[in-house]
Amino acid sequence: MNYLHNIGAYFIMIKDTFRKPTKWSVMKPLILKDIDDLIIGSLGIVAFIAFFVGGVVAIQTSLNIDSPLIPKYLVGFATRQSIILEFAPTFISIIMAGKVGSFITSSIGTMRVTEQIDALEVMGINAINYLVFPKFVALTLYPFVISIAMFLGVLGGMAACVYGGYGTLEDYIEGIQTDFIPFHIVYAFIKTLVFAFILATVPSFYGYFMKGGALEVGKASTTSFVWTSVIIILLNFLLTSLLLG
Amino acid sequence: MIEVKDLHKSFGDAHILKGITTSFEKGKTNLIIGQSGSGKTVFLKCLLGLFDYESGSISYEGKLFKTLSNDQRRELRAEIGMVFQGSALFDSMTIAENVMFPLRMFTKQSKSEMEDRVNVVLNRVNLENAHHKMPSEASGGMQKRVAIARAIVNNPKYLFCDEPNSGLDPKTAIVIDNLIQEITDEFNITTVINSHDMNSVMEIGEKIVFLKDGLKAWEGSKETIFKTDNEVVTDFVYSSELFKKVRKMYIEENL
Repeated sequence: MNYLHNIGAYFIMIKDTFRKPTKWSVMKPLILKDIDDLIIGSLGIVAFIAFFVGGVVAIQTSLNIDSPLIPKYLVGFATRQSIILEFAPTFISIIMAGKVGSFITSSIGTMRVTEQIDALEVMGINAINYLVFPKFVALTLYPFVISIAMFLGVLGGMAACVYGGYGTLEDYIEGIQTDFIPFHIVYAFIKTLVFAFILATVPSFYGYFMKGGALEVGKASTTSFVWTSVIIILLNFLLTSLLLG
Repeated sequence: MIEVKDLHKSFGDAHILKGITTSFEKGKTNLIIGQSGSGKTVFLKCLLGLFDYESGSISYEGKLFKTLSNDQRRELRAEIGMVFQGSALFDSMTIAENVMFPLRMFTKQSKSEMEDRVNVVLNRVNLENAHHKMPSEASGGMQKRVAIARAIVNNPKYLFCDEPNSGLDPKTAIVIDNLIQEITDEFNITTVINSHDMNSVMEIGEKIVFLKDGLKAWEGSKETIFKTDNEVVTDFVYSSELFKKVRKMYIEENL
C-alpha cells in the first residue's frame, strides 16, 4: 500500500514540477547553478572511470581470446560495443545515482529539515517547481556527459590495448569501425535521456518528501540511491527489449 | 483580522486541535502560548495553510481560506511574512539575497529599487553591515533578525513567528520581542506569535490565546493574565517562583 502511495505521490510531484512556473529571472541562475553542480561537477569522475574501465574491457577481451581463429580486431569491436551499448549509458548512470542522486536528495532533504521548503510554500511559491525543475533542465545535458564517457571509454581501451601490448593500433581501429550500426548510438541516447529524467526526479522525490532530522537525510539519500539504481536497471531491461529485442 | 472558528485537525487517530475558536486582531501582537504538545505549531501551520484541516474555518479579513482559488491563495500568501523557529534562511544565498528573495519573486522592481528596500529593512533590524555574509556566518540572533527582515521586506499585512526567541539569550530575546512589537505598531500589521517564552508574554502579549490539549483554555492580554484565577493558565505561566513573585507584586501594586 505504501508503495502505491509513493508511486502516486511521485507522479503528482512530476505534474507539479511543470505547473505554476517560477519567474524566469529567478529560475535562470538556479538552472545555471545546477548545470555546474550536476553536469560540470560530474565530468571529472565520469572521465576518470570511463577511461580506465574502457582500458579494463580491452585487456579482459584480449586476455580471453585464445583461439587463433578469432580476429585480433575483436578487441576494439567488443570494447566499442560494451562501452556504447551498456557501460556509458547504464553503468555511468548507476554511478551518477550515487554521486548526483545523493547530492540532490541530501540538499533538498536538508532544506526540508531546516524548514526552507516550508518558507517557500508560505511565500506561495511552487516549491517543487522551484527545486526540481532546474535539476530536470540541467540533466537534459546529461547526454553530453555520456558522449564524453563513450569517447573516453573507447580511447582508454585503445590506450590499454596498444600501450599494454595486447594488440596493434590498426587492429583496434579496424575493430571499432567493424559492423558499426548508427542506431546503437540512438538507442544509447534514448536510454540516457530516460535515465536523466530518473536521476532528476527520483532523488528529488526522496528529498522533498522526507520526514525527520539529520539522520533521516542520510537514510533518504541511501534509499534514493537504491531505488534510482533499481529503476535504471529495470528500465534498461525494458528499453533494450523494446529497442533492440 | 484573522478569525478562526471551531477548528479541528487530526493526524491519523491523534486528534490534535479539538475545536478552536478565536481571532487575531490587526495592529496587535497576538500570542499563542501553551505547553509543548498542546497543538501550537499545528495551529500555526493550519493558519498558514501548510496543514489542511478537517472542519472549522479560518478567514482572513472575512475571506474563508478554504474557499479561495489557487490564485487568490497565492495573492494572500504574498501578504504573509513568516519567521520560522530555525530562521529557515536559504543556505546558498547571502543575507542580502535572502532578504531580497520575496521582492524578486513577487515584484517587478528594478535591481536598484530592490537593493534600496533591502538596505531599509536590514537597517530596520540593525544589520547594516551584514549584506554579504552567508547565513552560516551569522549568529542565532542575527539569523532571527534576517528572518524578520525577509518577512517584512514585501510590506506584509500578516506576520507569523514560530517561537522567535528559541535558542536565544535573554537579552537578544528582548531585542527580538521589541523589534516585532515595533514593526507591528509601525506597519499596523496582524502579528501572530507562537511562543512559550513567558518574558515575551509579559512584554508584548497584547492578545494571548492559551492552548491546552488542543483546546483554547483561556484568552486575554498581558494585563489580564496577571489577574486571572484560571488555574490551568496560572499553573503554566507562573510555574517558576520568580513569576509567582512578579504576579504577587503586580497585584499588590494595582490593588
